[in-house]
Amino acid sequence: MTGSATATRPKQRRQRSISVGGAILIVVYTMLPIAWILSLSLKSPGDLTNKKFLPSHWTLANYRTVFKTSLFTDALRNSIGISLIATVIGVVVATFAAYAIARLDFPGKRVILSLALAIAIFPQVALLGSLFSMWRAVKLYDTWPGLIIPYVSFTLPLSIWVLSAFFREIPWEMEQAAQVDGATAWQAFTKAIVPLAAPGVFTTAIIAFFAAWQDFAFAITLTSTNRARTVPAALAFFTGASQFQQPTTAIAAGAIVVTVPIIILVLVFQRRIVAGLTAGAVKG
Amino acid sequence: MAPITMNHITKVYGDGYPAVNDVSLEIADGEFMILVGPSGCGKSTLLRMIVGLEDISSGDMLIGGERVNEKAPRDRNLSMVFQNYALYPHLTVYENIAFPLRLKGVSDDEIKRRVEEAATTLELTEHLQRKPSQLSGGQRQRVAMGRAIVRQASAFLFDEPLSNLDAKLRGQMRTEILRLQRRLDTTTVYVTHDQTEAMTLGDRVAVMRKGVLQQVASPRELYEQPLNLFVAGFIGSPPMNFLPAAIEDNQVKLPFLSYPLPREVAAQIGDSDLLIAGIRPEHFADSSLVDEHKRDRGTTFEVKVDVTEWLGSQQYAYVPFEAPEEINRHLAELQQELDGEQMRTQMIVSLDPASRIRDGAKAELWLDPSRVHLFDPRTGKNLTRDAKAEAPAATATSSASGSASSAPAPAPASSSAAASSTAPASSAAAPAPASAPASGSAGSAEPPAPDGSLRPT
Repeated sequence: MTGSATATRPKQRRQRSISVGGAILIVVYTMLPIAWILSLSLKSPGDLTNKKFLPSHWTLANYRTVFKTSLFTDALRNSIGISLIATVIGVVVATFAAYAIARLDFPGKRVILSLALAIAIFPQVALLGSLFSMWRAVKLYDTWPGLIIPYVSFTLPLSIWVLSAFFREIPWEMEQAAQVDGATAWQAFTKAIVPLAAPGVFTTAIIAFFAAWQDFAFAITLTSTNRARTVPAALAFFTGASQFQQPTTAIAAGAIVVTVPIIILVLVFQRRIVAGLTAGAVKG
Repeated sequence: MAPITMNHITKVYGDGYPAVNDVSLEIADGEFMILVGPSGCGKSTLLRMIVGLEDISSGDMLIGGERVNEKAPRDRNLSMVFQNYALYPHLTVYENIAFPLRLKGVSDDEIKRRVEEAATTLELTEHLQRKPSQLSGGQRQRVAMGRAIVRQASAFLFDEPLSNLDAKLRGQMRTEILRLQRRLDTTTVYVTHDQTEAMTLGDRVAVMRKGVLQQVASPRELYEQPLNLFVAGFIGSPPMNFLPAAIEDNQVKLPFLSYPLPREVAAQIGDSDLLIAGIRPEHFADSSLVDEHKRDRGTTFEVKVDVTEWLGSQQYAYVPFEAPEEINRHLAELQQELDGEQMRTQMIVSLDPASRIRDGAKAELWLDPSRVHLFDPRTGKNLTRDAKAEAPAATATSSASGSASSAPAPAPASSSAAASSTAPASSAAAPAPASAPASGSAGSAEPPAPDGSLRPT
């Protein structure tokens, strides 16, 4: 008995070290580019070629530069506005659609779901050319709605899929109990179902927000001025503090500025996303 | 508080399958009605039609005399306890119980008063500020009940409320529900597949099979005078023994004994010579332990006991027997419907724990043939059913003391003819609330069925 115990211990230790090593490898692999951008953003433009990972002189000059450039500040405003509006519209529409799909039996339900999936895997780049011509014809080119519309339509399928999976997990009885208790269908939905689906709604909202926030293809194709250009597109037009220098460090600073909100968002909501709010709803 | 009346209620699903088939049932004001049956018999569907969560394909549903077929659940003023409780996990216990009141726009003071009153009744006061996920199964169940009783609903509906609890808690909650119902005196419909709950809780019990109402009667009547083979096999634990009964020369030949064929059965069977005999395990006895004055009423016979189970308060003996193929087929079908599985044909005998009968031994058993029910294997109809027992339940039980009179009760002819289909007309007419206490008071060891009517002459 003791013999078998001592035999399993080194095996367990080996397994543990393998998994820890694997985790470190993955973290390094994913974090290295971000660390690199961060260090770049803290170098002065002339320090770019110092052949070292860390800057020779730490400086916040790049951040001052990007916030002084209207190209960037306008783009930041556009990014925030467009992403938020696209998220709100997308989540509200997806919530209703997903609820209907999860709860109601109507003809064409399968068709809608498969269509949604088809749209989700449709190569967006293939649409850019035609959208460009169309938007110019209908005067949506270089406007906020011109970007919001494609963002909403491309995030909706995924949102509907995620949310309908969430709604399906919520026991039917929740809603029926509410109805028996005297709630209208709308009250049952808002008071019993939506609070329970909150983790799903947050997850969907974050997915939709990310999609709009980080999009480059639509932003660069469907905008031409600061009116609607978002940050990812704007970074491509960056010239830095002086046009005689490589704008690399300034672009890095801009990239860090737009990455920070995402990180904060994930940190704030990760608990809500993960938390099983339905725990205790039914026997368990 | 209101009576619930169902007239020819039918539920047909899209595939044409009738989940509930022509059910007529009258539930009196304040009555505790149990809907019982094996899984898939349509009892939950029927309950959900009462509350309005399921559309009614045809028939009328009346609550308090008012037709509610087209009313939404919220307009029926019923409250329901779901099998999985369906508590709102994002709300505290207080808010869960207050939920129906909030929807009605009751004032905060009134809500507080009523929630606290309900919480006191259910001993939930100290948990009011907790979330459902922090409660145990039994506490959650009580919260669900609190939500049901907090508003003055016309009726309470329970959908297998105890099936998620462990056995001990189930027993406690069962008495709790009964106490609550007696105190509030509210019409209650309770769905269960557990026959202990059915027998102990109900004023009357409605047994369903494949969407069809089989028999509606007091628990006592169901047990002692089942209308057909299905009810007989469903009610009782351990279940009623079914033995092949060959009819030869006016004798009923069972595997181990034979006795004279009762006259009223002989008149009904025509030329069929094979019936199914149903005998409750406790109607057998170890012949050495039977009282002298009782012994003459029955027959003794010898069997070989296969296995015995001694449980302290009682003892079961298993006696295998051979049965003809035809009977076996019927019994296997019946077992399947009752969610069981027939492995072998054996008879369960409930013996006095003092009995010395042991495994593998020969044993002499005693049986009173008047207690044997005979069933027609083709229709399942109980041929020995005492017509008097079918008289309105309340009168039958309240006059139990005088039941030795052999004159048949003036039961409507139609009701005694109502065989396996809906038979509520007569029993529904009974002012049922009186039946439960009455049957309790009549609770001597002897069944109300007078021996004379069944006895071979």
